[in-house]
Amino acid sequence: MDFDFEELYQAVILDHSRKPRNFGALPDATVTVSGDNPTCGDEIALSLKIDAAADKLEAVGFTGSACSICMASTSLMTTKIKGKTRGEAETLLRDFQGMITGQMPESETPKSLGDLRLLSGVRKFPQRVKCATLGWHALKGCLAESGEGKFSVGTGDADL
Amino acid sequence: MHDLAKHAPTAPDWGALRRDFPILDQTVHGKPLIYLDSGASSQKPRAVIDAISRYYEHDHSNVHRGIHELSNRATAAYEGARERTARFLNADKPSEIVFTRGTTESINLVAATWGERHVGAGDTILLTELEHHANLIPWQQLARRKGAQLLYVPVLGDSGVPDPAKVDELLTPAVKIFAFTHISNTMGTINPAAEWCARARALGVATLVDAAQSAGHCPVDVAAMGCDFLVFSSHKILGPTGIGVLYGREERFAEMPPYQTGGEMIVTVDWHDAKFKPAPHGFEAGTPDVAGAVGLHAAMDYLDAIGRQNIFEHDRDLAAYAYTRLSELGGVRLFGPGTDRAGLVSFLLDDVHAHDVVTLADQHGIALRGGHHCNQPLHRKLGVKSSARASFYFYNTHEEVDRLVEVVEKVRAFFNR
Ligand SMILES: Cc1ncc(COP(=O)(O)O)c(C=O)c1O
Repeated sequence: MDFDFEELYQAVILDHSRKPRNFGALPDATVTVSGDNPTCGDEIALSLKIDAAADKLEAVGFTGSACSICMASTSLMTTKIKGKTRGEAETLLRDFQGMITGQMPESETPKSLGDLRLLSGVRKFPQRVKCATLGWHALKGCLAESGEGKFSVGTGDADL
Repeated sequence: MHDLAKHAPTAPDWGALRRDFPILDQTVHGKPLIYLDSGASSQKPRAVIDAISRYYEHDHSNVHRGIHELSNRATAAYEGARERTARFLNADKPSEIVFTRGTTESINLVAATWGERHVGAGDTILLTELEHHANLIPWQQLARRKGAQLLYVPVLGDSGVPDPAKVDELLTPAVKIFAFTHISNTMGTINPAAEWCARARALGVATLVDAAQSAGHCPVDVAAMGCDFLVFSSHKILGPTGIGVLYGREERFAEMPPYQTGGEMIVTVDWHDAKFKPAPHGFEAGTPDVAGAVGLHAAMDYLDAIGRQNIFEHDRDLAAYAYTRLSELGGVRLFGPGTDRAGLVSFLLDDVHAHDVVTLADQHGIALRGGHHCNQPLHRKLGVKSSARASFYFYNTHEEVDRLVEVVEKVRAFFNR
């Protein structure tokens, strides 16, 4: 099997795509944003339960169907943002974007991204960057909708 | 291959023809390129590329405008392509051929002119569920503007065959136009175009045939088919991008208002009024794609030298071979008819998203299409988000199909490990 391909589909990624974490509707969500990649048919809806007073993303859930890269990226994202503050989630979002688009040198990828760093191989597959960022677009949308609206919502672009 | 044997005396040398396509001679990700995406756009033979260069190097000018030598040559080249297209389709007259940007623009032109004038509130527009978005949205939007009813002949599940009983039921005199694809770009279904057109004609219903997937892949004869309109794109039949064809029966063109207006399509212009030319020039406002027409002309010459029946049989045999080999793998869901299919195969692997299949195939140098193939409602009906598609042309080989099957097996093994 091809090296780049092995790098793209590592065991952790396959595991998250097969058994996505935090998968399912969130009944008491305070905000839900869905996104889709019309060209490939990926569809994701992300829900957050935000405790505004405590500035905390208390609970997170997502539904939808998508390719393995999109499922894994969204699943990994949910595990990272749960319990975080809005500011921490925004930082994560920026770091992930920097990594996935290749704007940030590989050596500078923050350790805080954890297993998300396994997705760095996606940058070698430009047509798949949209898959990896779909769930993050939904996160950006959730933060924008629930906050002062300083993020604008987009779909499926590498540009988060 | 037994059908080809029938043509043994004239059987084309497929290997030699393949060598006419410079682009195929390359490696992708370190592997020989296997191009199985001709349904999206075909590759171009040297003859087409050279014809375009030659035109720009020797003959280019604007058409119908100058009386100098180069303008004469450009005009002759452009109108020559029109005559060639009329012959390609067995149309009565060159004036029944209008050049557009492609299939999409051709359909939009008919919906915006003929449709605008002839479809009213309460009328019916009939399509099939197989339609590409290009032959769906222009009608959907026209129906919404006019308060007309849009109906679809349903397909029978994964077989991709429009339900014949439903054609009987839905094709009534209430229908103004029946617009359908000749060959489905997703399913490979070959629709009975001549039969449908005859029945529509008997009821006074106009017909539009989307020949995007058929014009370069099988004989297409508008006289035998009996359609009112037929559309296709040059880029899918070995020609350049940017030009396409709208065939319209003379009396249909005569009852259509202009589409775009401007230079080239007028007889006289006053400050507050203008008189328009009849078809074809009345539907070709502005400077046309002359080089595109020259390339398309060369493409049609090239195709007819091989023989479109030969091409059809070659592609059909290849697709049938791929269909059989893929179905033997198990765990593969195949779309479209099991027999009588055109030269493409759409499929899904159990539990593997089409995008993942296409990415891995690409790593092996194989170009596939993955997604909904501009047919979202149909995929929704079949309960899938997307599928992978291998589409063939005469430059593809059995060995390439074998490689595809090997790679599909690898994908399955990889994702099931
Ligand atoms: C059946 C069918 N109709 C219409 C189209 C649209 O063609 P184009 O994009 O060249 O206008 C295509 C190809 O994409 C097609 O396969």
